[in-house]
Amino acid sequence: MRRSNWAIPYFIFLLLFVLLPLVMVAIYAFQDNSGAFTFDQFVKFANEPESINTFTYSLEIAMITTVLCLLLGYPAAWILSNKELNKSSVAIILFILPMWINMLIRTLATVALFDFARLPLGEGALIFGMVYNFLPFMIYPIYNTMQKMDHSYVEAAQDLGATPLQVFRKVTLPLSMPGVGSGVLMVFMPTISTFAISELLTMNKVKLFGTTIQENINNGLWNYGSCLALIMLVIIGVSQMFVSQDDLDSDEKGGLI
Amino acid sequence: MSDCIIRVKDLTKSFGDKVVLKNINLEVKKGEFVTILGPSGCGKTTLLRLIAGFHVADEGVIEMNGQDLTGMPPHKRALNTVFQRYALFPHLDVFNNVAFGLKLKNVPKEEIEKRVRKVLKMVCMTDYEDRDVNSLSGGQQQRIAIARALINQPEVLLLDEPLAALDLKMRKDMQIELKEMHQKLGITFIYVTHDQEEALTLSDTIVVMNEGVIQQIGSPIDIYNEPQNSFVADFIGESNILNATMIKDHRVSFINKEFDCVDEGFGENVPVDVVVRPEDIHIQDDKSKAVFFGKVTSCIFKGVHYEMLVTTNEGFELLVQDYRYYPVDSEIGMSIRPEDIQVMKKERICNTFEGTMVSANEVEMLDGARFTCNDTGLSAGTKVKVEVDFDKIDMLDDKDAGATSAQVTAILYKGDHYHLTISTYEGDKLYVDTQDVWDKNDIVGVAIKPEDLRVIKAE
Repeated sequence: MRRSNWAIPYFIFLLLFVLLPLVMVAIYAFQDNSGAFTFDQFVKFANEPESINTFTYSLEIAMITTVLCLLLGYPAAWILSNKELNKSSVAIILFILPMWINMLIRTLATVALFDFARLPLGEGALIFGMVYNFLPFMIYPIYNTMQKMDHSYVEAAQDLGATPLQVFRKVTLPLSMPGVGSGVLMVFMPTISTFAISELLTMNKVKLFGTTIQENINNGLWNYGSCLALIMLVIIGVSQMFVSQDDLDSDEKGGLI
Repeated sequence: MSDCIIRVKDLTKSFGDKVVLKNINLEVKKGEFVTILGPSGCGKTTLLRLIAGFHVADEGVIEMNGQDLTGMPPHKRALNTVFQRYALFPHLDVFNNVAFGLKLKNVPKEEIEKRVRKVLKMVCMTDYEDRDVNSLSGGQQQRIAIARALINQPEVLLLDEPLAALDLKMRKDMQIELKEMHQKLGITFIYVTHDQEEALTLSDTIVVMNEGVIQQIGSPIDIYNEPQNSFVADFIGESNILNATMIKDHRVSFINKEFDCVDEGFGENVPVDVVVRPEDIHIQDDKSKAVFFGKVTSCIFKGVHYEMLVTTNEGFELLVQDYRYYPVDSEIGMSIRPEDIQVMKKERICNTFEGTMVSANEVEMLDGARFTCNDTGLSAGTKVKVEVDFDKIDMLDDKDAGATSAQVTAILYKGDHYHLTISTYEGDKLYVDTQDVWDKNDIVGVAIKPEDLRVIKAE
């Protein structure tokens, strides 16, 4: 058997479960109930303030989550990758450990925790839950980049007269940007489309875009749901292009993407 | 005092249990080109990194211009380093790499541009300012690394094997350029390398190091012509290192012949080592002028000269270089001039170990290994000193067959036998004379016959 034939099962898999659904989403988005070609779904979206509000609110929550993850995750990754501060690999495993557990279970546990502490569920709980769930996805790529970074760059900067702060600003930070890019992408993309976390942690009070799509599809509005999904895909696609462009330019790879 | 820019005093450094630098003392004069030379793992890079401030010494002091540098972080030291793998910042272009040090000091923009252009011109890299550093070749990166270090106008430039990653031709060219740069700038260079030829070519002063200890400090000519011990003689250039006996002042015997020499003060009938460089063994076509005779066993053309292995009639193998060609199997007569014989004190004439008696005829030494010896009449627990001659240690193929095992760490050919240094796992060293051929890093079993252990009760 030729080696290229080995790829056939994967190719069929990609065709059936990735490409076909995407094409169907795209086709449904441009059809009305009877199957005729139309832009009606997009017109409906543009004229429905509720959908647009949910959409901008979702973007807002995703951005807040991403920024919080970055603010918490970057110092954590820096400490973890610093051989003087962290001599064992136990700490990094502890940070990654939550990823071993299903996200729904973690979220249900968060709900129980808020109940136990008598804290109200709602927007605050939602952001907490999102950050808690996605923080490892931010820490790991940054940690990875920093750990692979040649220490002689830091030494060279010190040698040329840079104070510890200048070393960080002029060398460590720019060289860790590929990891930051990957981390931002890994957090931003899934948070935009989350619906389970928001349902559970806000008792369905706060609606995210993912929830809207899910509701529409559940209620049999396949065409409108597909239209919303397509809009979200385009946004994610654009943000990915924006970040990975920087990645491609740099030789210091090491992010997850 | 005033012309001494770097002074290293009693410097000791260890990483964990491993001592990498032992009691280093060194003075570097202003404007000098000093090379720290030694095999890999001898501590030369550690010494350089201590001077740069990347490591902290366990003991001892480094002074620069009379000022103690202890505790001063690298960014405050008025010296710059050229790193082994260049360490050019990959996110900056050539201009910004070179300008890095000046930008930190908030030097005005016009001056930065002027100085960058000047230093790039010096390393012949004009017009490369906007290039991405990753697109440069190894040699070009090297030049940028030097430019980046020099732009800060350091008093001392530290270079850590800067040419190791370049190919031979490039390395030779860069050597000449470095030497010219040093002469033009007049600043002090401290250069680390394992390449003895590079050291001889570039340096004003060479510091030869081995196993964390300075073996010899001297000019290239001194180091080559008058090595102080067999390590230096073997490490620098080709050499014949032979066991010899100093009969009296100006008279030495080796390869079963007696020679006049210029050394004195060793005493009478004292065992010594002699070094004779291969180019100093003269082939005498007039047999009446020859002192000893032998047969050529191999002859290799080396460009300028022929390199021959000669077995003397007394059975010693010597390396000889001559411009003339003598085919294999030709009988030749040879002589050595008195001033070309370098006599060196032997570091030791037998192995000496500290041990403890386990019973009257068993001694424990070398971290728990037990050796049977002749009945000493000493009671168990007595501290003893044990002497063993070099040729009385048996090396066994099976590492578990002997009383202990050890790894071959150094090999020295001495004309008719090999002188090996073997180290036990705990780092104790044994010195062995053997006819057998072993390779470096072979692990061997060590056995000693009972009658060959000379057990002396410790004082």
